[in-house]
Amino acid sequence: MPSLKDLRVRIASVTATQKITSAMKMVAAAKLRRAQEQAEAARPYAERMERMLGSLAAASVGQAGAPALLAGSGKQEVHLLVVGTADRGLCGGFNSNIVRDSRQLIESLLEDSKTVKIICVGRKGRDQLRRQYGDMIIDTIEDVTKPRPSFEKSEAIAERITRMFEGGEFDVCTLIYAEFKSAITQIVTRQQLIPFAPAAEDEEVAEAGGGQKASYEYEPSEEEILEALLPRNLAVQIYKGILENNASEQGSRMTAMDNATRNAGDMINDLTLIYNRTRQAVITRELIEIISAKEAL
Amino acid sequence: MAEGKVEFELVAPERLLLSEPVEMVVVPGEEGDFGVLYQHAPLISGVRPGVIKVYNGGKVTEQIFVSGGFAEVTPARCTVLAEQAVPVSDIDRAEADQQLRDARDDLADAKDKHERDHAERQIAVAEAMLAAASG
Repeated sequence: MPSLKDLRVRIASVTATQKITSAMKMVAAAKLRRAQEQAEAARPYAERMERMLGSLAAASVGQAGAPALLAGSGKQEVHLLVVGTADRGLCGGFNSNIVRDSRQLIESLLEDSKTVKIICVGRKGRDQLRRQYGDMIIDTIEDVTKPRPSFEKSEAIAERITRMFEGGEFDVCTLIYAEFKSAITQIVTRQQLIPFAPAAEDEEVAEAGGGQKASYEYEPSEEEILEALLPRNLAVQIYKGILENNASEQGSRMTAMDNATRNAGDMINDLTLIYNRTRQAVITRELIEIISAKEAL
Repeated sequence: MAEGKVEFELVAPERLLLSEPVEMVVVPGEEGDFGVLYQHAPLISGVRPGVIKVYNGGKVTEQIFVSGGFAEVTPARCTVLAEQAVPVSDIDRAEADQQLRDARDDLADAKDKHERDHAERQIAVAEAMLAAASG
């Protein structure tokens, strides 16, 4: 049985941990609200952009001279994965879930003997992938959410990816991030960025594309608009990914810290019970000793 | 949706700025301003830096500066995807002036074509912003 002093020390340390986790939970909750608002505010733009591009793409897919960003490079050999994770840990399974999914994707691509290149957005993803796939990681981008996620940063990433694509460094680009559903559910999502793949399940897109695509007028020309729209869409989709990721991270952290706080509370209760029992046992033992000593006299 | 009105949406990357049925909206298109009424022919157009004017009851009810983007028009709907959008009344002249100066400095320092294009775009945006602010 542990001594009274040991128990006191342990209770004190668990209480200190609980204070930290509950503070982290509070901070995550505050950040979550902001991140969630931002993510939800950005959704309309990304959706409209996809819809517009979808109807444009429907018209020009298969045509000769379609921009490479839309049609792809004609090959599927080199895959670029943009793995979005958090910069910090202590947020439950958030980072691990994304990394696990990335690993699956990497493995299945390697099995098909494709070449894989990785850009990590977020420190934690790099840390976890480095050991196995260190030679595939071409770059890590950190602190995209500091001080807050901004469109400019996504634009810079998009520009870089576009330049790499134009330089023929890869054929297919996929973005991996966690879509925010609620504080307890985040869904790891793979989104193909290049070549552009319209969300097929959207009926409105199909309808608009089918019924009206032929009659759209373009100002200036269709090609020019596509050329301007495609890189922009890339930036928008990356921005959306970063925002969703940010909200998911905070949500995941909040849930994890809530659990940790509750577990610490349970632990303190258990320890306090043992502590009191031990204390009483000590008192009883001392009494017995005194009484039996007296009787022996 | 009310008959004879256009469902107008103005979206910036950060948020949905405006979503309401309007009588008419004038958009600064790449090849000249165009007005959108109900039953407009389907159109996809680039947007140059300028002011979007929203008309209701024959009067301008809203003026929003956009720094560029795209517009999609269908008979019932007009969607503008702006890069950056600020209500004209919120434009800070001093800040726009500063932006213009910064952009000119950038242009002077530009090393390659890419940087020069970027700076030239910034100048166009800042100039349009100033023009919008002075009415």
